[in-house]
This record gives sequence, structure tokens and C-alpha cells, in this order.
Amino acid sequence: MLDADFFRRWMTATAASVAHEAERLTALDSPIGDADHGSNLHRGFTAVAAVLEKEAPDTPGAVLILAGRQLISTVGGASGPLYGTLLRRTGKALGDAAEVSEEQLTDALRAGVDAVMTLGGAAPGDKTMIDSLVPAVDALAESFTAARAAADEGALATTPLQARKGRASYLGERSIGHQDPGATSAALLIAALATAAEAPEATDV
Amino acid sequence: MSDEKLVGIVLVSHSAAVAASVAELAQGLAGAGATVPVAPAGGTEDGGLGTSAELISAAAASVDRGAGVAVLTDLGSAVLTVKALLAEGDELPAHTRLVDAPFVEGAVAAVVTASTGADLAAVASAASDAYAYRKE
Repeated sequence: MLDADFFRRWMTATAASVAHEAERLTALDSPIGDADHGSNLHRGFTAVAAVLEKEAPDTPGAVLILAGRQLISTVGGASGPLYGTLLRRTGKALGDAAEVSEEQLTDALRAGVDAVMTLGGAAPGDKTMIDSLVPAVDALAESFTAARAAADEGALATTPLQARKGRASYLGERSIGHQDPGATSAALLIAALATAAEAPEATDV
Repeated sequence: MSDEKLVGIVLVSHSAAVAASVAELAQGLAGAGATVPVAPAGGTEDGGLGTSAELISAAAASVDRGAGVAVLTDLGSAVLTVKALLAEGDELPAHTRLVDAPFVEGAVAAVVTASTGADLAAVASAASDAYAYRKE
């Protein structure tokens, strides 16, 4: 079973990973976006890590809802409401249980991804974060490791696609040949799930 | 008419200058009718290009006279941020509505309509109708 500590580790691991990869995300966002994806997400997840430390919500759902709220208010670009909605909706789907199963997490994350697709109007193949999130949720039924691999593959598979959403869509065929920064950061979020699962259960005893 | 509650208008752009200029343009073209509360919410809090949930919430609160608030936006993250704030439930005044309208033309239509004392539905409808005005 997964408790609030697991979900805090997930968010903390995401923040660390985004900080580490911020320059690469911004470099990916440079040819087809407005070159701020890494810095925007870094600002957002730094705020997430800070608020979780301060407020220490005690259920999985509350951790994700608080994290999502922070992203919406601090990111400043489209990734804020998109990631914010993903986490908030996933958190709401988890309810107020103190612990959730991996199966419940999978179902909740699927609800979160569906909410992102509704908000942004993107479908698989549009060269967005959806292209790594959808295969990741499908693979999560198997294991966290499988989800990480599926998200990475999904992000890589955006390279030959033509963007149909967001600023990159205005570039038409010139968006082809560049890996999507949103799908790449979404793969970091999923990889952090696996990291949280691998971390020692309790380091404070 | 003087104590009538008017619909408030919030103009959300990626650029503080664009939001402020469109607000000025719309108010200037509204003429001598009642003064509509209009607030720009442009750019990020540190003055950069982008969208700020905090600026949007503050702008909406500042124009709320109890008759509802119509929010008009420009691009991508402005639309998504307002939708996400509406989904939060308590971040924007009650009866706040994201209006599907062209930014400049919609803002003018919304402010002129609101100045007549029209309700939120009529303001939103007038702003959306601006899409039908073709330029060729």
C-alpha cells in the first residue's frame, strides 16, 4: 500500500529531477516552443516541494491536490494548469484514504490524464505530454518500472510527430524532428514514481 | 442607473502591455455610459510574458460588483489557467465565466454591452458574437 509519505517522495523526486533536467527541458523547448519549459517547471516543483514540507498533508489525495494547486499558481505557462490539473484530479480520485493500492493509483492517474486531455483538447499523437502519460498509465498496471520505460518510449516517439497543439502547432512540418518537451517532462514525473517506490520506506526511525 | 451592479470584465493576456492596452481601448470605445469595472491581468507577477493565476484572481476580485465577472483571454496558457482556476471552485468570484471570444473585438463588445447594465449572459453572448464579424 502507498501512504502519504510515498506521495511526498514522488513529488520531491520529481522536483529534484526537474531541477537536474531543467536546462535540457528548456533546450528541447527552444526550437519548437518559447524556451521556458524547464525554468517554468523548476519554479513550480520547487514551490511544490516547499509547500509539502511546510504543510505535510497526511493523505495521498491531499498531497497531490496541494501540489497541483501550487503548480497552477506558480508556473506561469501552459504546463502549470496542465500538470496542476493532472495532480489535482488524480488526488481527488484517490479520495481521503490514508493508504491506496497501486491499482487505485493507476485508476486515479488515468482519471487525471483524462482531465488533462479534456482541458487541453489533446489526444495521443498530437506531440504533447499525453504521448508519454497514456502509455505510462497503461503500463502502470504491470509495475512502476514498466511505467517508467513506457513514458520514456512515449516521449522519444514524439520526435517524428507534427505538433497539433500549443505554440508548436503553428510551426507545422517544422515541428517534426524535435522531441516534445512536455512529453519529456511527463516522463520525468513518471520516472519519479519509480524512484519513490525504490526509496527506503522510512528513514526517520 | 448609478447604483446598478454592472458585470465586471477581466482581460487576461500573456503580456501586461497588451492586457492594459486592450482594457484602455475597450473603455475608450464604451463611450459615455456607465463606467464598467475592467481589470487587466497580463503577464507574470515579475513582469515577464506568461500567465499568473494570482494576477487573474486579484483582477477578478477587483471587478466583482455582484453581477458576475466575464473573463476574456488571449492564447494557450491564459485559457488553460482560467479553466483550471474555475475548476478549483473558490479561486474566482461566484458567477465568473470564461467567455469564448476574440480578445480585442470581444473585449470591446463585452465592455460596451456591460455598460448598458446587461447581465452576464448578455455580455458573454455579445463578446462571442464578435467572432462572426468577418474582415473580408
